[in-house]
Amino acid sequence: MNLDFTPVWQGWRELAYGALVTIEVTSASLLLGCILGLLVGIARLDPRRKLVYGVATGYVTFIRGTPLLVQLFLLFFGLPQFNILLPAFVCGVLGLGIYSGAYVSEIVRGAIQSIDRGQMEAARSLGMSHGKAMRIIILPQAVVRMIPPLGNEFIALIKNSALVSLLTIADLMHEGQKIISISYRSLEVYLAVAFVYLMLTSLTGFLLQRAELRLRAGGVVQ
Amino acid sequence: MTAAAPIVAARDLVKSFGAHRVLHEVSFSVAPSQVVVVIGPSGSGKSTLLRCCNALEVPEDGTLTVCGTDLVRNGTLIPERELNALRMQVGMVFQSFNLFPHLTVLDNVSVGPRSLRRMPRAEAEALARDLLGKVGLAQKAEAYPATLSGGQKQRVAIARALAMQPRVMLFDEPTSALDPELVGEVLQVMKGLAREGMTMIVVTHEMGFAREVADVVMVMDGGRIIEEGPPEQIFGAPRNPRTRSFLQAVIARD
Ligand SMILES: Nc1ncnc2c1ncn2[C@@H]1O[C@H](COP(=O)(O)OP(=O)(O)OP(=O)(O)O)[C@@H](O)[C@H]1O
Ligand SMILES: [Mg+2]
Repeated sequence: MNLDFTPVWQGWRELAYGALVTIEVTSASLLLGCILGLLVGIARLDPRRKLVYGVATGYVTFIRGTPLLVQLFLLFFGLPQFNILLPAFVCGVLGLGIYSGAYVSEIVRGAIQSIDRGQMEAARSLGMSHGKAMRIIILPQAVVRMIPPLGNEFIALIKNSALVSLLTIADLMHEGQKIISISYRSLEVYLAVAFVYLMLTSLTGFLLQRAELRLRAGGVVQ
Repeated sequence: MTAAAPIVAARDLVKSFGAHRVLHEVSFSVAPSQVVVVIGPSGSGKSTLLRCCNALEVPEDGTLTVCGTDLVRNGTLIPERELNALRMQVGMVFQSFNLFPHLTVLDNVSVGPRSLRRMPRAEAEALARDLLGKVGLAQKAEAYPATLSGGQKQRVAIARALAMQPRVMLFDEPTSALDPELVGEVLQVMKGLAREGMTMIVVTHEMGFAREVADVVMVMDGGRIIEEGPPEQIFGAPRNPRTRSFLQAVIARD
């Protein structure tokens, strides 16, 4: 067996460009996922608001119970039947964002519910409305607790984003496949692609760890 | 009873958790500047009764008038907006302090007036520093709650409640979570408040405090007020045999 990494060196520009697209897709998706997740997580706090709770729970159940690839294809190949033609990049971000929103919503809900009940009681006792207590007392504390699991979600999203290559988005995976189609060096190129993913996830993990340490040092977390 | 309208008046309050009835048609009233101390065995409904007074628990029946407004009328709670307005007039101090850990001591105390009374920051912070001075913690304004002792935390919690300039203060076992040597500093602050004429309802096991400060002692057992009177009577000549056995148990423990 002889390994020949020449195609990887020759294609490093494409791979770097692909990695950049992967970062773009993932970041945009996580942003969308966080916004969705915050709304859905809050909607799922109180089962007594039946409609809001029902819709939010339906969304989470569907997303978590079906393959991401099917969800992406529904957007990319399904929507055109209604004459909704979205650019591939938009489909990818939308699909990944909607997907990660379901997981982020569970993180949000868990973090809010982990805040001691006495915090809400103390805020309400002062005369704050539920919404105001949420905004200035509960959420600021909950957000700090969301950071470690959100970091894991971000890392999972980087890896899952490889699927958007199937929507013709020129991400890291897609660029790798392009190099393979010319060079037929699957093992070497996929190894290189895996290595770049590993760099991206490790770097993200490292940065998040530093952010968390800083928050602890600042006295925001006990 | 004084002639002035009561600050808190409860008539036939009923409260259950599931099938378990915790308050049985409880009635009482608190006049302005009165200090009412509530005592009784564990599980007798003291906390529940106190928490009804600012609707942290909502009684399913009865009528509860607080600061001249019917907080609960025949088991129906007033609308949310009025409830929030009324809660501003009722301060609450919890056994477990419940300070906001992400805010400094100064912000803990000033957040209420700033966010609810739209008080400008400078004014709210001046008020907060004033109150922190009053509870002996002026030097801790910039600290975070996690760095304080239990007694200091509870004094901050009292200052936080006072910052809303309430007409009545509710205390639910404010010293029960404290190391014995820290109890005194909190009771001292509460005595000061009583002297200034603050209306107070205090659930406590501190019988010394009750004797010294209470105008009225209410004894609860099994979800009912079984005896009520001035401390001399309750501690000197209790009429109800269950009051007697409860007090004996407390004295034996101390
Ligand atoms: N949220 C709740 N859900 C169910 N039961 C409750 C709840 N809160 C209180 N109870 C029950 O109601 C009864 C009265 O409780 P309460 O806390 O008012 O008693 P207490 O007199 O304050 O007791 P303690 O001295 O232990 O604080 C107890 O039997 C308690 O188990
Ligand atoms: Mg209690």
